Amino acid sequence: MISAPAPTSAPALDAPALELEGLARHFGEREALSGVSLTLAEGQTLVVFGPNGAGKTTLLRVLATLLRPHSGRVTVLGCSIPDQSWAARGRLGLLGHEPLLYRELTAKENLRFHARLHGVSDERVAEVLDAVAISARSGEPVRNLSRGMVQRVAVARAVLHEPELLLLDEPYSNLDPAAIELVAPLIGSASARTRVICSHDPGGGLAEADVVLGLRDGRAVMLARAGEVQSDQIAELYR
Amino acid sequence: MRRTVGALLRKELLVELRTLESVPGMSLFAVTTFVVFHFALNRNSVDGDLAAGILWVTLLFAAILGINRLFVADADQGGFDGFLLAPVDRSAMLIAKVATLLAYLLAFEIVAVPAFGLLLLGPSLGKAMPQLLGVLALGDLGVAVIGTLVAALAVRTRARDLLGPLLALPLLVPIVIGGARASSPLLALGHHTALPGRWLVTLGLYDLVFGLIAYALFDFLLED
Repeated sequence: MISAPAPTSAPALDAPALELEGLARHFGEREALSGVSLTLAEGQTLVVFGPNGAGKTTLLRVLATLLRPHSGRVTVLGCSIPDQSWAARGRLGLLGHEPLLYRELTAKENLRFHARLHGVSDERVAEVLDAVAISARSGEPVRNLSRGMVQRVAVARAVLHEPELLLLDEPYSNLDPAAIELVAPLIGSASARTRVICSHDPGGGLAEADVVLGLRDGRAVMLARAGEVQSDQIAELYR
Repeated sequence: MRRTVGALLRKELLVELRTLESVPGMSLFAVTTFVVFHFALNRNSVDGDLAAGILWVTLLFAAILGINRLFVADADQGGFDGFLLAPVDRSAMLIAKVATLLAYLLAFEIVAVPAFGLLLLGPSLGKAMPQLLGVLALGDLGVAVIGTLVAALAVRTRARDLLGPLLALPLLVPIVIGGARASSPLLALGHHTALPGRWLVTLGLYDLVFGLIAYALFDFLLED
């Protein structure tokens, strides 16, 4: 059994980007998250492991201000959620299972649409399209693009407004090794942003992590610095 | 706010132009319904109350098709989340969606109203048209506001295709009544009667009340 350290045993950190204390969220009778507490410093990466249905996506959506916590205290980039959600929005980027792109619009039209919402210039749109090497096909409707290309456009959308906090749900799914290398400067450790990553890849996840959170049935069963966790302990979460 | 509304409206119109899911369907439905009425009533022409009733009921049911599609792309393709993640006023989406639905209604009425004049209406539409356009505009505004509110409420439910019309129809009945009563003299033989002002005022007030309700509620419908 993996031990769940008390919140106070989490790494002592300055200027936290995230602070969760007893976070709970349920859907009807089902508890998706229960009593999750942690602190993450600015610029650090939290990697969340856990089997399907453990609550990883729910956690990301709460941090993205898309779901309200039902109890507990949540602070994202210094803003209390949900009371100050409006202040956190625009400072975070979400890359989830859904690319948040309209299939009938082209990649460029989608990014321009998001650019208008975030008050970002068209030059920045061209810059991120270049960064994910999709410029040549940016005039095609998203429905015509392969899943890997759609994921690259979704990465461009998530970082378009240069968010301080990146919330990434299995960000490298559908990407080939070359594409992973391509998006690394945008969403990898080189991006120098605070990141929360949901992952099923113990090796890759641990390599990116500063802090590791293990979830099972909505509860935090592991919270530790990355250096204190071994791959086989992560694998234990899935058994 | 204006930039956000503009971006949303442009996106809506681009998606509709690419998919042609709403306006052509609404137009085809209206024309087909007029043909059905033509044969079902076994009359070559209608006028007055009957004509106004047929016109407004057909417009109402055709509008339901557009209302049901209004938020589908946003719900199915993550548009809500993309919008909610942006630091913008939530009311921008209400304004953009009302404007979109209004544009759909006006576009399909360009086809439906002349088709009604050709297929069913006895008196000529020509003289009545300027006043009829005014009545239609007031009715369309109400349909657009109520339709947007109801569509936003229904779209996140599993039974959205059923719930949308079930919620919309009772709320839209006063618009049909007001629209039909205001249009009836315009579609009567001779149509020399003045527009019944009280029905126009009723339509205007109904639009205003639901506009305020929609403005007050819309943010809550979008948020979790």
